[in-house]
Amino acid sequence: MLAELMVAENVAFYLIAITMVVAAVRVVTTRHIVHAALYLVLVLAGVAALYILLAAEFIAITQVLVYIGAIVVLFLFGIMLTRAPMGPMHDSDNEQRIVGATIAALLLGVMGYTLWRAYRDTEFVDLQVQTTNDVANSVFSTYVLPFEVISVLLLAALIGAIVLARRD
Amino acid sequence: MLLNQFLFLAAMLFCIGVYGVLARRNGVMVLMSVELILNAVNINLVAFGAFRHDVTGQVFALFVIAIAAAEVGVGLALVLMLYRNRRSIDVDDVDLMKG
Repeated sequence: MLAELMVAENVAFYLIAITMVVAAVRVVTTRHIVHAALYLVLVLAGVAALYILLAAEFIAITQVLVYIGAIVVLFLFGIMLTRAPMGPMHDSDNEQRIVGATIAALLLGVMGYTLWRAYRDTEFVDLQVQTTNDVANSVFSTYVLPFEVISVLLLAALIGAIVLARRD
Repeated sequence: MLLNQFLFLAAMLFCIGVYGVLARRNGVMVLMSVELILNAVNINLVAFGAFRHDVTGQVFALFVIAIAAAEVGVGLALVLMLYRNRRSIDVDDVDLMKG
């Protein structure tokens, strides 16, 4: 029973992972800017699904609410307000594409090798659900000071964005 | 599930994001690539949190999400300013301080 469940987990993981990687590549290569935003939704939804696989319920819900609900809408507003062309853009990439791809591939090589050296076949041992209750207890006891700092930061960012975007 | 499955996926997302930041011209598309990078970091944090049975990973992922929201807000405001002043959001054109 447990073995079957683990197989199911792995199948789910690889389906999600392939979808995410394809969508992420499309985000950085497509010439349609609105398509890029919509592929980004796919990647973010995949990340939320991974959090569910890792039994992290609260962060999965937050991911859907904040990223897919708010940040993508913000991106679409940004696209609309900067009058982006609705068709394909012919100058969406600059001439650093090959250098960029090389750097990304090298980085992936170094990180992949290091991860393989460090964690080779380390399995998750009895994954436990980390409930919203646990997260709340941690945020409001151990990490209450960073939490307050984050709220001030968000306020500062809000005011900063208004000041920057205001027409005067 | 292996821990490395998640870490490799996060590394791939990170590298795709790095490529996007380097190769994209459009300011909004650069910000989208930065989102990919931040999500890769979050996957790592939550995976290690689950691995160590420690809720701290999730708490830090939450902080990263909050900072990402602030970053996108300010970033898009900057892109809008750029558009208003120059009628273009090509980040390669913003080279006033280039030596």
